[in-house]
Amino acid sequence: MRVNFTVNGRPQEADDVWEGESLLYVLRERMGLPGSKNACEQGECGSCTVRLDGVPVCACLVAAGQVEGREVVTVEGLADYAQHRSSEHPGGACGSASGSCGTSLDSAQRWQAQPTGDDGRLAPIQQAFIDAGAVQCGFCTPGLLVAADEMLERNPSPSDADIREALSGNLCRCTGYEKILDAVRLAAARQVSQTEQEETV
Amino acid sequence: MGVTGSPTDIHQSTASRTRGGIGASTPRPDGTLKVTGEFAYSSDMWHEDMLWGHTLRSTLAHAEIVSIDVSEALAQAGVHAVLTYDDLPTATRHYGLEIRDTPVLAEGRVRHHGEPVALVAADHPETARRAAAKIKVEYRELPLVTDEASATAPDAPVLHENRTDEHHRYVEHPNILHRQPIVRGDASAAAERADVIVRGEYHFGMQDQAFLGPESGLAVPAEDGGVDLYVATQWLHADLGQIAPVLGLPEEQVRMTLSGVGGAFGGREDLSMQIHACLLALHTGRPVKMVYNRFESFFGHVHRHPAKLWYEHGATKDGRLTHLKCRIVLDGGAYASSSPAVVGNASSLSVGPYAVDDVDIEAVALYTNNPPCGAMRGFGAVQACFAYEAQMDKLAAALSMDPVEFRRLNAMSQGTLLPTGQAVDSPAPVAELLRRVKAMPMPPEQQWLSAGSSGQEADVRDLPGGLSNTSHGEGVVRGVGYAVGIKNVGFSEGFDDYSTARVRMEVVAGEPVATVHTAMAEVGQGGVTVHAQIARTELGVDRVTIHPADTTVGSAGSSSASRQTYVTGGAIRHACEHVRERVLELGRTKLGSYHPAWATAELLLEGGKVVTESGEVLADLVDVLEEEAVEVELEWRHRPTEPFDRHTGQGRGHVQYAFAAHRAVVEVDTELGLVKVVELACAQDVGKALNPLSVLGQIQGGTTQGLGIAVMEEILVDPKTAKVRNPSFTDYLIPTILDTPTIPVDVLELADAHAPYGLRGVGEAPTLSSTPAVLAAVRAATGLELNRVPVRPEHLTGT
Repeated sequence: MRVNFTVNGRPQEADDVWEGESLLYVLRERMGLPGSKNACEQGECGSCTVRLDGVPVCACLVAAGQVEGREVVTVEGLADYAQHRSSEHPGGACGSASGSCGTSLDSAQRWQAQPTGDDGRLAPIQQAFIDAGAVQCGFCTPGLLVAADEMLERNPSPSDADIREALSGNLCRCTGYEKILDAVRLAAARQVSQTEQEETV
Repeated sequence: MGVTGSPTDIHQSTASRTRGGIGASTPRPDGTLKVTGEFAYSSDMWHEDMLWGHTLRSTLAHAEIVSIDVSEALAQAGVHAVLTYDDLPTATRHYGLEIRDTPVLAEGRVRHHGEPVALVAADHPETARRAAAKIKVEYRELPLVTDEASATAPDAPVLHENRTDEHHRYVEHPNILHRQPIVRGDASAAAERADVIVRGEYHFGMQDQAFLGPESGLAVPAEDGGVDLYVATQWLHADLGQIAPVLGLPEEQVRMTLSGVGGAFGGREDLSMQIHACLLALHTGRPVKMVYNRFESFFGHVHRHPAKLWYEHGATKDGRLTHLKCRIVLDGGAYASSSPAVVGNASSLSVGPYAVDDVDIEAVALYTNNPPCGAMRGFGAVQACFAYEAQMDKLAAALSMDPVEFRRLNAMSQGTLLPTGQAVDSPAPVAELLRRVKAMPMPPEQQWLSAGSSGQEADVRDLPGGLSNTSHGEGVVRGVGYAVGIKNVGFSEGFDDYSTARVRMEVVAGEPVATVHTAMAEVGQGGVTVHAQIARTELGVDRVTIHPADTTVGSAGSSSASRQTYVTGGAIRHACEHVRERVLELGRTKLGSYHPAWATAELLLEGGKVVTESGEVLADLVDVLEEEAVEVELEWRHRPTEPFDRHTGQGRGHVQYAFAAHRAVVEVDTELGLVKVVELACAQDVGKALNPLSVLGQIQGGTTQGLGIAVMEEILVDPKTAKVRNPSFTDYLIPTILDTPTIPVDVLELADAHAPYGLRGVGEAPTLSSTPAVLAAVRAATGLELNRVPVRPEHLTGT
């Protein structure tokens, strides 16, 4: 079958997709986007977490046909997605009081992703993972980044219990999670401090 | 060549010329690639025209293969090859780390559940899976060997006939793979002096490494008849030595490159898909990619040895240990893997970090029909630590002493003799680590309570059971437990444990650049980070390029045994010293006449310059090197060790030791048997922290794996069928971020004068003491004996 959907802001088409293929397989093997990882392929580890119309999902549990006409953001598009959100919602997050978060489907459709890393630009959560030492083997990292970025979008000042709850679907075998918590706290703090600076200006 | 995801050089510059050397928390050079999704893991490789390989595995643990019919599978559209034992190209049809007893494909008999029987290559992974399902294998079941009694019974089926390995002459039964006794002093006589004697039988479950990146890789047939292999492994050259003979190729024609490795923890020491992918690629003439899914991964690598341990200790009433008698039985499963070395560790470290003069020790590994077991972080020492630390608590209780003070009283120190008669010849701050970990602040009581609008409110997320909302504090009891452990660093027992480093220095774009090329497997530990740091420190440069690890440079040895920073780090430093000498010779030749210090002073390379010890700048490296490149490739080895005596276990078997101590604070819902580990504090001596941030990551990660086996992780093998019952992350549980507590760490740096920079291997020690500390805390909370791990709710509730 043929599947059409948008990945990181770009319309994509996949041909000859077998009906049993997952979104993860199509991203990794047909679209040249192996950033979403294949640690368990059974929805237990979160390493393949992507956003489907804004909602974090395990790409291994989504049948390719289910994404027809929909919007997918992967780790490869995360920096650009965060940049876009930042310009839509100055300060990074959408504000805890308003309750309205994220990017509208309309603006998401108008957004075009740039290839990541060309200008060394990273999403704040990506930079925080590097700075805090949250990356070891890195296999869990893409899924954690997508999940953590989505949480910070909803909840810019999370408590430790909030972070743990939001990331409880993402397994990491290397770090013992301490540096991952540090990274999310760091990204949140930088986000808040950036917001305060902008408000001061 | 059409490969997507082929590893490339990693370049790193630091912000400042004075930073980024050893001792700094330099960020990972591969960090940006890893957070952008661009880092190419072995499962990310892609090649035009590639086929997908799939492995058919045995459905029984012990059976004769009566027949295999591949005709229907071969007839499937899209299938390019089906291979069985009969298709193997040479007479070399087995491989193995220490003993080559593992069939590449089953030869008329399978010895464990999930053993590879046949291979399929097809144009889609699902086509390959479906074709494999159409291979008809007729089995005739054979009686099972599943434990010591069934393995050594008079009529036991012998798993490996006609053994020729070095251990078989010293064992009483061919199903005993290796036996190591250690006898020193007179344990029975010493027992007469004991005022208290405690005994225990302990069981340690089968743990899985559960690295997240599955076994995978890409084999590309080459025009010269050879093959290029991109894989995730822990030791390229050990793989190569096992792969090439099976393929019938000289090693030069099997060119291996390390792809991105998604964790290892010992589980990638043995081969998995390497030979299989090469066989399919050479047979079809097409590139072949193989990627295990999680189900297959549980069958695709060895596990941590489950163990039964019998311990007897005595002590005088003033708290001095009198003797140790112990017997450790490790289940090696169907094939040898690294079982002999595991036996060596378990026996030689069975006493723990304590001074005991009179010992009678025996450790054995069995051949059984259970899944093969081999390397996992801390091997051999992990199982022993669980038992001896339980014994220490029992002894302290019998003597009405504080368990930490009892341990401190008996702690080894520099100069103490191990049971093997070898003196510990570097700092052994066991008592100090215990003091430090005990002195760390305690988490508040009833930490689940916080001030809310209506007084104290419970956050169920901080309670046992969490969001299952099973308790608001009712029935919850706190317990605190301590443990300490000792792990050998580096390969022991006479192994020639060397590494090779190639270091090059040249001017690129007007700046001096060092390139470091080793075959070290970066498995996540951060080896590439410290390699760049060492080059900066030794050569005074800012820019360092890390060349991909491959087999065009000499062996780096294994990324295991906490050894890489010591041994490959040592090799890089050694090579850098020779590069520096050559650079200074160049400088003397070109510029020596301009300043007398070139001839007289001790010279250093710092900040891109040649400087005297007093800091006077003699020249820019750019001017010294000009167009020349200085390159050195050297091997480096640590001090030699020797085998343990076969009968007495005496011998200088180890190089170095790592010590860590833990304090666990747990809260147990005693009604439901749910355990929440609230805090797991660690104190560890690392000799010298080359990268403090990475050191913390290793300690916290290792601690968490120890927590996993304490309360949740276990591969369940049905004793009636020897089949694995839980090969998935649904049923084999590893700690999530909700299960993992805060892990405060106190790092001690007492230099080991024998090691580069004084460093100690870091990675394994925290995995040892974490488990017994948690168990001690659960015992303290419940008053139960708890002699096995993992501890399950039913062990706590008695239901």
